[in-house]
Amino acid sequence: MATTSHEPTTTRADPEGISGAAVRRGDRTFLGLSTGAGLLVLVVMAAIAVFLVWKAIPSIQADSANFFTEGQWLPDSDPPVFGIAVLLFGTLWTSIIALVIAVPIGYGIALFIAFYAQRRLASTLAFIVDLLAAVPSIIFGLWGLYNFMPYVVPFSQWLSEYLGFIPIFANSQELWTKSILMAGLVLAIMILPTVSAISREVFVQVPRMHVEAALALGATRWEMIRMAVFPFSRPGMISAAMLGLGRALGETIAVALILSAAFEINWAITEPGGNSFAANIALKWGEAGEVGRSALIASGLVLFFITLVVNMSARWVIARRKDFSGAN
Amino acid sequence: MSKQIDLVDLDIYYGDFLAVEGVNLTVKANSVMSFIGPSGCGKSTVLRSINRMHEVIPGAHVKGAVNLDGENLYGPNVDPVLVRRTIGMVFQRPNPFPTMSIAENVIAGLKLEKDKKRKESMDEIVEKSLRGANLWEEVKDRLKRPGASLSGGQQQRLCIARAIAVEPQVLLMDEPCSALDPISTLAIEDLIRELKDRYTIIIVTHNMQQAGRVSDDTAFFNLSGIGKPGHLIEVGPTAQIFSHPEHKQTEDYIAGRFG
Amino acid sequence: MTDLSGLRSGAPVPDTTPHSGPVTSSEAPPPNAGGRQNRGDSADSLHLTGNRLPRWAPWVIAAGAIILGLLVQVTGITVVGLAPGFVAAFAFLLVQTATSWTVEGRRHATDRLATTLIYTTFVLALVPLLWILITVIAKGLSVFSPEFFTSTMRNVNPRAEGGGIAHAFVGTLEQVGIAALIAVPIGVLAAVYLVEFGKGRFAYWISFFVDVMTGIPSIVAGLFIYTALILTGVLEQSGLAAGLALAILMLPVIVRATEEMLRIVPNELREGALALGVPKWKVILRIVIPTAISGIITGVMLAVARVAGETAPLLLVTFLAQDMNPNPATGSQASLPTFVWDQISRGTPASIDRAWGGALALILFVLVMYAGARIIAKIYSPKAR
Repeated sequence: MATTSHEPTTTRADPEGISGAAVRRGDRTFLGLSTGAGLLVLVVMAAIAVFLVWKAIPSIQADSANFFTEGQWLPDSDPPVFGIAVLLFGTLWTSIIALVIAVPIGYGIALFIAFYAQRRLASTLAFIVDLLAAVPSIIFGLWGLYNFMPYVVPFSQWLSEYLGFIPIFANSQELWTKSILMAGLVLAIMILPTVSAISREVFVQVPRMHVEAALALGATRWEMIRMAVFPFSRPGMISAAMLGLGRALGETIAVALILSAAFEINWAITEPGGNSFAANIALKWGEAGEVGRSALIASGLVLFFITLVVNMSARWVIARRKDFSGAN
Repeated sequence: MSKQIDLVDLDIYYGDFLAVEGVNLTVKANSVMSFIGPSGCGKSTVLRSINRMHEVIPGAHVKGAVNLDGENLYGPNVDPVLVRRTIGMVFQRPNPFPTMSIAENVIAGLKLEKDKKRKESMDEIVEKSLRGANLWEEVKDRLKRPGASLSGGQQQRLCIARAIAVEPQVLLMDEPCSALDPISTLAIEDLIRELKDRYTIIIVTHNMQQAGRVSDDTAFFNLSGIGKPGHLIEVGPTAQIFSHPEHKQTEDYIAGRFG
Repeated sequence: MTDLSGLRSGAPVPDTTPHSGPVTSSEAPPPNAGGRQNRGDSADSLHLTGNRLPRWAPWVIAAGAIILGLLVQVTGITVVGLAPGFVAAFAFLLVQTATSWTVEGRRHATDRLATTLIYTTFVLALVPLLWILITVIAKGLSVFSPEFFTSTMRNVNPRAEGGGIAHAFVGTLEQVGIAALIAVPIGVLAAVYLVEFGKGRFAYWISFFVDVMTGIPSIVAGLFIYTALILTGVLEQSGLAAGLALAILMLPVIVRATEEMLRIVPNELREGALALGVPKWKVILRIVIPTAISGIITGVMLAVARVAGETAPLLLVTFLAQDMNPNPATGSQASLPTFVWDQISRGTPASIDRAWGGALALILFVLVMYAGARIIAKIYSPKAR
């Protein structure tokens, strides 16, 4: 790096250097470089928003339908007809299903590692769960498509047979593969390490004295967790769920492989229905024309905005935690 | 209501490490006993083994018996949860639950047991327990405020109120004043003298004067070296231990020659 | 239970306390209640020995549940259509909770139920992990051959066997390498700013947006590079563009990892050097960063592992390629994840096999990075030199 060239020849603190311009120049250069690097983070975030907006505008102007309420995605037809309604629905619905499954399990894993497993094993167990985060999403998609789906289909059929009176479990199309539930299940597995790692982090921060206070009052282990751990960790747990949600919303390749694109809003989770922002971009990109790409960029902008809001709220919730812990 | 405690040939372990060896000790009902001794001698460990809090640390276990009016706390079928309900504990640093109000802190232990036959309402128990901890007058107008909003000494009395709300027979106190200023310390000491009418109390303290002021009996623990187990050296009426100890070690410690 | 405690109190001083304690056994009368009770409700009585389930009880219940499951399996009787495994699991939960509730009471029953469920969640996390690893290894190994690593997909018919990942492997190495070359210096410098210089609002916002940036969907990073650099004509769709997109995803990970490591460098080290009159930038370069270097390398390797599996942004900024293209600056370039994607979408048995082979190569690459990170952390962490 450029700074090294300012370095005086000897490393000893020579009196000349202390008052010398070289030192101040060195310090100033270094401060400048590192500040610049920090600034770059803000610049990149701003640039993402600016460029996506800029390149999205042409397609939104060309759109003959309402961008927010239209369900069709035909940006390259004449006139272009497209909107994000179905994408928004599919993205949120699959992510919510993933959250409903992954959040309780993720909390359970975190509790297991923090309070139930042998202390010596804890870091190894945490590492094993983190390995799940290391599996590339394309592999989740491949495995989901060829190995997991054959088990999800009978499960979906069971749901619709015994719980079909609840509308979301009903299946009138007799289509079972690549359903919303399938995508939700795979997304749940994918966000599990996120949810469990962050909640584990807050669980192990619960002061030992609160844990002991609860036990000394005659609480069982579970009562101790409810009395001392959950109240203390609530903001972190909420944050963990939201960061998991953020990851599920933006997941692309696995969803592209295991959710069949249906351009309708269909709440029945055992059937295909809806589509996701990210998967739609990945699948439509190759064949899209100029307006088509601009339209996909516009939908990417909406996804960027949604994940931004989710992630910012998650960080905001966990940042408040530091204030309330107070004198303890 | 209060009970006598007998420690019988008690060996206390952390994993394979023998931390305290061969303790035999009797604490009379309705008396206050102090545990004194240099740091690391195992006095807190002994205290924690009396309400089975010791075993909360992974690998920690004991051999021997702790008898509460003759019933071994480590006997088969004994439920540690019930032991801890019967033998309350107050810790070194005040530890009210930070997310609970003053009143919620007091009844935190009681709410675990949904006892429909209880005659008193929760409000009455809150008042009774806070009065019992000499805290009622100071907090009666702000029961809904967080427990952490109190001063250190008040928090410690809140923790005592929380411990006595479940109506234990014995109170264990692990250096309850070491984090407090002198005024708060006096308030706690006054409280201990009042509480002994209703409870058997064991207090671990580093403060010789405090042991002299509050306790009827004193037990002195020591260890012969780093890595060696701690032992009970001597136990007796506080006045006797302080004026005519039988052991040279006790005398040296009390005279401030080590520890 | 023998209780002779009254007779032997503290050994050195045998006569300190009057012995009011019972001498015979636990059957001796306490002041107000008789003997040992079970779950007496009277507040005065000692109820320490609540009825507990014996230690073997859960195992017996589990064995019963498994036998029930086997019966369901063998007889073919269905219980609301559930698979035998689920029948056994539900039976275990139900019977254990019910038994515990009757014998031990509500609180212990709840505790047991919670414990069982919490153990179950951990097993639930292991199932997909092992399942995926075993599947990928088994299916991938059957495709592995020397040819698979040395050849490309040039002129390979999708239906035919053969071909390989050489081009994809080169692409992944180059793209990830470019990403690291860009993201590591910037990320480390940004972390230095946050730890050594950063104060006030500006640093707060940088720190906040580093966190937020971690959550950017990878496809958005691809869209950004496409709009900012490709549509504006700065770059063509190439391996370099892919590397830049990956750099954006890597940057926040490296900042966070480095920041964490720099923060645990003891302040005494900094102050000691500063007190000797060493300028601050030199203290940082010569003392702070070298002390934290193993942690930083670990963080970099984990970040590399994370982005190496990214597929989505690559689909946007570099085309799929069948041939070797060692030049990242021009033309489309393959990579391991896009290779897998390409082979899956061709959908022939031979191409699906190749997809599994590519998946195994990819997972091995990621695991090597993970293992390396752990080894480096283990070797250097005990004492920061």
